[in-house]
Amino acid sequence: MIIQTSALRKDFTVWRKLGRLRRERRVVTAVDGVDLTVAEGELLGYIGPNGAGKSTTLKMMTGVLTPSAGEVSVCGLTPVPQRTRLARRIGVVFGQRSQLWWDLPLTESFSLLRHVYRVPPADHAARLRRCRSLLDLDAFLDTPVRQLSLGQRMRAELTAALLHGPRVLFLDEPTIGLDVLSKQAVRGFLGELHATGDTTIVLTTHDLADIEKLCRRLVVIDHGRVVHDGTVEQLHAAYRSKRRVVADLDTAWPDGLTLPGASVERVEADGLRVTLSLDGATAGEVVAQLAQVVPLRDLSVLEPEIEDVVARLYTGR
Amino acid sequence: MASPYWHLLVAQVRSQTQYRFSFTLELVFSTVLTLLDVATVFVLFTVNDSLGGFGGGEVFLMVGICALGFPLADFAVGNVERLRIYVRGGLFDAVLLRPLSALGQLLAMDLSARRAGRVVQGLVIYVVALVVAPIAWSPAAAVLVVLAPLSAAVFFGAIFVGAATVAFWWIESGEFANAFTYGGRDFASYPTTVFGGLFRRVFAYALGFAFVAYLPALALLGRSDPLGVPDWLRWCSPLVALFAAGLAALFWRTGVRHYRSTGS
Repeated sequence: MIIQTSALRKDFTVWRKLGRLRRERRVVTAVDGVDLTVAEGELLGYIGPNGAGKSTTLKMMTGVLTPSAGEVSVCGLTPVPQRTRLARRIGVVFGQRSQLWWDLPLTESFSLLRHVYRVPPADHAARLRRCRSLLDLDAFLDTPVRQLSLGQRMRAELTAALLHGPRVLFLDEPTIGLDVLSKQAVRGFLGELHATGDTTIVLTTHDLADIEKLCRRLVVIDHGRVVHDGTVEQLHAAYRSKRRVVADLDTAWPDGLTLPGASVERVEADGLRVTLSLDGATAGEVVAQLAQVVPLRDLSVLEPEIEDVVARLYTGR
Repeated sequence: MASPYWHLLVAQVRSQTQYRFSFTLELVFSTVLTLLDVATVFVLFTVNDSLGGFGGGEVFLMVGICALGFPLADFAVGNVERLRIYVRGGLFDAVLLRPLSALGQLLAMDLSARRAGRVVQGLVIYVVALVVAPIAWSPAAAVLVVLAPLSAAVFFGAIFVGAATVAFWWIESGEFANAFTYGGRDFASYPTTVFGGLFRRVFAYALGFAFVAYLPALALLGRSDPLGVPDWLRWCSPLVALFAAGLAALFWRTGVRHYRSTGS
């Protein structure tokens, strides 16, 4: 296992002002006993509402924060005591923070990173070449980082995190604030990186499309605890997400009509559009039954939305 | 391949080259300030023949040791005070994610070339002080002449790092830190004998500022301490400086472990 945590915990002490001198000490547990194992080459989606403890977990895995209790090991190293050794083996992109030198042209940041990580020039050049073509960097290589657009900067950050050939790549909200095209570029790149199988990727995000496009495995964290760990399908199964059939009709939906294996979720447009959710029956069976009882004009089948499941997960605290 | 710290430093200097005018301005200001510091001593001696039992040349030697040691420390590690900016904004994350010493990076990334100018001014003052002061020359004194300002620099450096480290717990600690760095320099520039009571005990002995300039100056002048500090201790500044540096390093390590970062 390339990443392993057991009973990982982080407490923060918060002082609340009560009066001129009186302070109240309160302990906030940001991460509360997280057990997680990630195998080499895996792409793990790590999601949760704001303040759930995602970033804190990542910061403990990367050696930025010292855990309050529990164990964490990444690449066989203990992050805080072996921070500098670990830093050579991991790459990190924090969406809201830059690893680049603000006032320097991008190429100079890249060559500085080569010295910081002591990467052999040939390896560095090969990796840079690959990122340049996959992420389309050539247009802004000579631009100072502070003048890059967010999308350009994120592509640059990804490159910067990979130039030393890390075994694990940690991404904290890499698509936050990006436009559709940049999101696609980032996702496409991560997908390809994952396909090569050399790099383990841990990704936190609020954009569930990232998860659907990229991740087989999904870990959901809330209030510092893992509430789901499994595939996206397992998540749907566990929370009984339903597929839906939406039918447009030529005559209004008869009141009180029911079909076996499906339930009526909504009737709209003066009864001319009906949404059925499937409980047990297949879409084919429901459509066949529908065709017998009402005149059908058009049909569509909706896959369950991960957004719905996750929203239910977050609200069902 | 040259040290990665060197490359960080060059990058920092390159980022700064855009601000040439302020570089010149800063140099002018700091020259004026240094001259004012020296002038203060002269003004004091126009009123009094002696200060805390010491003559003008003797006090000038203490001023000289500080005038060289402090800017040396300020040049090398003074920018550690910028730590609180890194801690407040969570920028310290990026520092910890690189495979280099956190303190080393901080110093290299913020090294300010402007401060080099003050080192040169300090050197001039120190050389003048060596000429003016009635030094009891001996081989040991010759060694101490070189070591005293260096020890002072190491000691002030430790104070800079120690005071800045407080920012890991208390971000608004800037003024508190200045009390020890600039306050310490002002204390160390004068004979310990001019201060009294608790203040003297705390700053001179508990915090060790007497070892910065006062005690080594006594050794160079061949005088015993009127306050009764044993003669051999006058030669111990380098050891005290190393001890202070060790303490500061330990404190720094503890601070880094307490770094809290900020929200995502």
